[in-house]
Amino acid sequence: MPADEAGELPVETELALRQVLQDVLGLSDERVSELDEDSGLFGDLPELDSMAVAGLLTELEDRLDILIEDDEVDGDMLGTFGGLLDFLVAKRSEKAAQASRDS
Amino acid sequence: MLVGTWPSDAYFVRFDNDRGKRLLIVPPLFDEANKLRHMIMETMRALNTAGIDSALIDLPGTNESPEPLPEQTLHGWIGAVEQSCKAFSATHILAVRAGAACVTAALPCLLYAPHSPASQLRSMIRARVLSEREAEREVSREELLAEAEHEGITLAGYHLSADMVRQMQGFFVSEVNSTTIAQSEIGGAPLWLRAEPDHDPDQSKALAARIEDLMS
Repeated sequence: MPADEAGELPVETELALRQVLQDVLGLSDERVSELDEDSGLFGDLPELDSMAVAGLLTELEDRLDILIEDDEVDGDMLGTFGGLLDFLVAKRSEKAAQASRDS
Repeated sequence: MLVGTWPSDAYFVRFDNDRGKRLLIVPPLFDEANKLRHMIMETMRALNTAGIDSALIDLPGTNESPEPLPEQTLHGWIGAVEQSCKAFSATHILAVRAGAACVTAALPCLLYAPHSPASQLRSMIRARVLSEREAEREVSREELLAEAEHEGITLAGYHLSADMVRQMQGFFVSEVNSTTIAQSEIGGAPLWLRAEPDHDPDQSKALAARIEDLMS
């Protein structure tokens, strides 16, 4: 993967994650901009139940063009904003690396 | 606004003044129908003001319908939509989200943010896997799907027949005789994503205006 793409990937992914969380939870612009890596998600936000998490992950799959396996979904991945972001960035890097190997 | 079981035991909410433009609305499937009902109703009010009659049906087995949901299939719902179009003398159909899989190309169709039933099923099964895990029961998507294809399954409180599960996996949204209205044309956050149902009056107004354009 070219270096410039590697640099853009986390920024793009973070923007997409903030947008999807805003859409799912109905957060204000201010509230969504305050989310940092330690902000609690699943377990801390009562409205984020299993249905909402399933919708959130499906929307992230669509917007980021990735596939999340159910056995990858656990407390570490969903517990905090930072945990979920790290997972998504790793998923997209894997996919980009796979695509460059295939081409 | 009229509500009730009309013309037979099918439940309709409708604005009906015998006008020339008549829109039959097919709701989204399952929990998304609840999340978008307010938006759809306000869109119908705006269409009424714009001189367009509309009817929102309940798919058999959903909402106020007296039919049992476990006996329903997507094929059956397509038949129900066809009958409702005839009963309402519809000139156009608006299908919302995965409701787009329940229309045929006999009338011009407007598809708002169409979504495949296969994706919706995938998300509903994921929710079930996660809630089972919360209850400390490990079950995989594959196990649930295998059981669902033989015996049916309850997902998010909806009991789906084995036929319904099989059909949801294989159905595609038809693009014949249809025009897609994307969420980007309406603006705002997609209301079907909200964890708690919400409403945005501007989105209803924008959707009604877009429908009015497409029906003129």
